[in-house]
Formats: sequence, C-alpha cells, structure tokens
Amino acid sequence: MKILVCISNVPDTTSKINFTADNKEFDKNGVQFVINPWDEYALTRAIELKEAKGGTVTVLNVGEADAEPNIRKALAIGADEAIRVNAQPKDAFFVAQQIAAIAKENKYDLILMGKESIDYNGSQVHNMVGELLGIPTVVPAFKLDMVDDTTARLEREIEGGKEVVEVKLPFVASAQQPMSEPRIPNMRGIMTARTKPLKVVEPVGAEAKAEYVNYSKPEKKSGVKMIAPENAGELITLLRNEAKVL
Amino acid sequence: MSVLVFVEGLNGEIKKSSLEAASYGSQVAQQLGTSATAVAIGEVHEEALTKLGEQGISKVLYDADDRLKQFVADAYVKVIAKAAQQENAAVLVFSNSNIGAAVGAKLAVRLNGSLATNVTSLPKTDGGSFTVTRGVFSGKAFADVALTSDVKIIAVKKNAYDITSNAGSTATVEKISADLADTDFAAAPKETVMQDTDGGVLLPEAEIVVSGGRGLKGPENWHLVEDLAKALGAATACSKPVSDMDWRPHHEHVGQTGITVSPNLYIAIGISGAIQHLAGVNSSKVIVVINKDPEAPFFKAADYGIVGDAFEVVPKLIEAARALDK
Ligand SMILES: Cc1cc2nc3c(=O)[nH]c(=O)nc-3n(C[C@H](O)[C@H](O)[C@H](O)COP(=O)(O)OP(=O)(O)OC[C@H]3O[C@@H](n4cnc5c(N)ncnc54)[C@H](O)[C@@H]3O)c2cc1C
Repeated sequence: MKILVCISNVPDTTSKINFTADNKEFDKNGVQFVINPWDEYALTRAIELKEAKGGTVTVLNVGEADAEPNIRKALAIGADEAIRVNAQPKDAFFVAQQIAAIAKENKYDLILMGKESIDYNGSQVHNMVGELLGIPTVVPAFKLDMVDDTTARLEREIEGGKEVVEVKLPFVASAQQPMSEPRIPNMRGIMTARTKPLKVVEPVGAEAKAEYVNYSKPEKKSGVKMIAPENAGELITLLRNEAKVL
Repeated sequence: MSVLVFVEGLNGEIKKSSLEAASYGSQVAQQLGTSATAVAIGEVHEEALTKLGEQGISKVLYDADDRLKQFVADAYVKVIAKAAQQENAAVLVFSNSNIGAAVGAKLAVRLNGSLATNVTSLPKTDGGSFTVTRGVFSGKAFADVALTSDVKIIAVKKNAYDITSNAGSTATVEKISADLADTDFAAAPKETVMQDTDGGVLLPEAEIVVSGGRGLKGPENWHLVEDLAKALGAATACSKPVSDMDWRPHHEHVGQTGITVSPNLYIAIGISGAIQHLAGVNSSKVIVVINKDPEAPFFKAADYGIVGDAFEVVPKLIEAARALDK
C-alpha cells in the first residue's frame, strides 16, 4: 500500500503567539516548531499499517526549508521518504492544490493528514484534496483499519455520535485522537532518517483565495472574582444575577 | 444574487448551531440588500423548516431523499451546489460543525469560491472588500481574512453569533432534488451510533459545560460532575488525561487535540488549565475554575474562581443549582 501523509510545521503547543508590529504577520521569533499534533496521529497510523501490510509511507510538507527538521523527524519515526513543496503556504486552497498535484503524479492508495492544523485551524485541506482528486474524503476519523486489500473501515466523529464508514481505496482521511499512539523517534530511527530521500520540488501554479490581512489577540480578561469555598453556593447566584449565564 | 444558508437537522429539529448560521446569513443578506434562502437535507420536520422565517429566512429548499438521512459528504455537496446555482448564491453560510466545514471545503473547490471557517464576525464590506474575522492559533488569536472570489463561503463558529428571532415570521418550503447517483454514496456510513446522553445535552451544542480533570481522582467520583451538569442543564466534558485513562469516553475530551467548545459557561473542576486544555475552551464566554491549588494556571483565564477541594465545593454547588427555579 502506498500511503501519503501530509504534515504541517506549526508552533509548539505551548508557544506564546505574537505578531509583527504592524499585525500583518505571525512573529516566528523564539518560537519552536513541531509536527502538527493531529498529523502525528495520521503519521503513526500510516506507519502501523505499513508495518502490518507492507508498502511505503511518503511524507509531504508544503513549506519552506525551515520545516526540514520536522520532516526529518517524520522520517525518523518511520516514514520512508519525504517530499517538500518549496513554497510558503498561502491559504488552504493553495496547499490543497499542491498536495493534489503530487498525489496525481504518484497515485497513492491512501492520503492521510490531521483533522486540522493547530495554527490556522481551518479543517479544509483534506476535503479540498479529496474534491480536487475526485475521491471520497472521510473526516474526522478516529479509527482506520483495512478490511481487505481494497477496502478500509473507518469510524468518524459526527456531532453527538459516530459513523462507521467502509470505503474503497483510494481515499483521503483526516486523523484525530485516538487513531494511534504517536511515537518518539529512537536513535536508530534518527540515524537512518539522515539517509532517507527528501525531495524538494517547486510548487505548481495555484492561486490563493483567502488573503490574511490583519491579526489580533483576544481581549484580556478583567480579572478573576474569587469566592470563598465555604460559600460556594454564592457562585450559582452570581452566575445567574451578575454574569447572567444561568 | 442571494445568500444561501445550509441548515442541519437533528431528530427532526434544526440544530441550534444552524439557527445561529441562519441568523448570521440573514444579517449578511440585509447588508448586501438581498434575501436569504436556506437549504435543508434529510430528516427535518416541515414545521421546523417553516419556522426558519423567524431567523429571517424567506425560503427553504428541502431535499427529502431517504438516502440523505445520514450524512454523505458528496451527496450533500451536490444538493447544496444545485441550490446555490438555482438561487444564484454569492454567499454561502454554514455552521462550523464537522458537517458544515466538510461540505464548505468541497463546495469551495466546486464553486470556485473562497472559504473561511471558524468565523466569529459579520463581514466588513466597505470599499468592495469582503473581510471576516476567524479564530486562529487554537483560540490564541484572530485573523481578518479577505475573501477574494466571486462566491464567498463562511462557516460560522458555534456560539459566536446570537440567534435572532422575529416571532411568527414563516418561510416557504420548496422541494429540491439533485440527480444523485450511486457513486455519490460511495462513502455512505454503514452505521450511525448516537451517543447516549442519558437525556442530557450534546457537548458540541451545549450552552453550559461542566468539565472534570485529573483532580477528581477517578471515574467513581464523576457523579459530582454529572449531578452538577444535570442540575444546570449542561453537557459534561473532561481533560485529555482523563479520557486517556479511560475514565471518560474520548468524545468528551476538550482542548487542542480534543473538541473545541465555546459555551456561555464553562465550569472546570480539578483541571490545571494547561495551555493545550485552554486552547479548546478559552473562547467560552464565562469561565469558572474550581481547584485546590491557588497557583493553578487556569485561574488566570477564569472569570470566577474557588480555591478549594472539589469534594467539598461541588456538593455545595449542586445543592445551590438544584435550588434554582428554572
Ligand atoms: C501536544 C499536546 C496536546 C494536548 N492536548 C490536550 C487537550 O486537547 N486537552 C487537554 O485537556 N490536555 C491536553 N494536553 C495535556 C495538557 O498539557 C495537560 O497535561 C492536561 O490538560 C492536564 O489535565 P488535568 O488538568 O486534568 O490534570 P493535572 O495537570 O494533573 O491537574 C489536575 C488539577 O487538579 C487539581 N486538583 C487535584 N485534586 C483536587 C481536588 N481534590 N479538588 C480540586 N482540585 C484538585 C490540581 O491542583 C491540578 O491543578 C496536551 C498535551 C500535549 C503535549
């Protein structure tokens, strides 16, 4: 089975988020970047499937050279090869077109990625890729197993429940917890990752359709009102009469 | 030119988040000097559709095809695309639900439209631009996004826009049917399992959420969270370690890698307030924190706080909540 896993390079979950003085761009200064946590679920599930059934796992990142340490990390975790589309991701549609172009060329059986990226929280790319390729998309999936060589069985979350879906290869799926248990690369993985192929390709011509013009941060809370534990019941009165949420 | 809102049904009624989307869509239509139509699919009572008039919807297009009772992205997209074409829709509005975000993204490709999900504001339309604000960086920031295609698609964040209601107004209902083929159902679900909420409230739709963390020590103590939730008409949630240890099911886990919620009231009991947890709850309107550690980081994000032992504090809250006249 040929599996493509798309990973994005995002600020570490504990990062303080800041913008440049004109609020036009994200300020990368002092920010540590990691593989998008949702993408790690996709990556480890892909590697588990490969270990069980054979095949290859290719990781794909649309991004600039500074993403390479995390691409190498994905190789160290167990992916076989990597492709980086050398472009600054402009919006979801731009990224989806890059992924679809690579997928058309290489004919993957399964395209996996995270449910959303923790920086832009779009939840769009997977559906756009499926639509561009004309294949089904199953999102957000928290379970993925192969029934046989051509059919997979997934469980996806819906508001208030879940759905069980059986779908023929090829398809796109997005991953969320608890699809797999993300792995930490070991020494051997890190050594072999250095010798695995990381191909850099130029982007296909594609337009972005959403333009990020300004960033802002939520207003700070005016401070917390403390209530003595003995009088805990008072809280309920405050929530009704002062905060008006009950 | 018109505004088209996709509304989702649940048990025959329109979901609360879709009523928010309908209210939002009507407001956008007013801004643009046009009317708002809704498109509904599957199992929704006719009366619920007519009542969308109260949210400012003038007409509802309804596809009652039995195969659409369950969500099938490709089939839904076909019906909505047909409605969009029929209504000459310039703006499409969805709720930012799993379903809304999925069909929105597919329609963006199909209609060559620009899409913004997780939207928290009405569009600014001055100077010919069309700019909306959306939540980014897991609730730590907002971005203003200009949508540049002719067709604009917006998925409205839950609880970010109030339901407007003009009592007594009604919408007309018209049937619509897209020529659905078997191939549109290639990824149709074999089975749909709804959570047993025990008559309670579904987490993604809830206005009040009572959430428990590792501070509750074990699943045997969850009656504290459940009883408070029941007394307040709230949904229950938990932190990640709690679901990792199987004290609670995974669909209750909120945070950066769980569900994002933005209720009017979020009550956190025995949760430290790690940044990854906050990411999923920090857009709640009012946050209450109960923690025995006065240094717990959650207090910084809270509106109300109690430093105390959950096992002593929560029973008092349950008692006071039960005494409320509803
Ligand atoms: C990539 C990544 C993603 C993550 N995603 C999420 C996520 O989506 N959601 C999430 O929740 N976490 C997430 N986490 C984990 C997060 O960092 C924290 O570990 C987690 O939120 C802690 O859960 P907790 O507050 O329940 O437990 P703890 O950190 O153990 O805190 C328990 C709290 O309970 C208090 N307490 C103890 N006893 C009592 C008592 N009797 N009465 C009152 N208070 C008491 C303690 O003072 C403490 O503050 C993520 C972590 C990583 C690295």
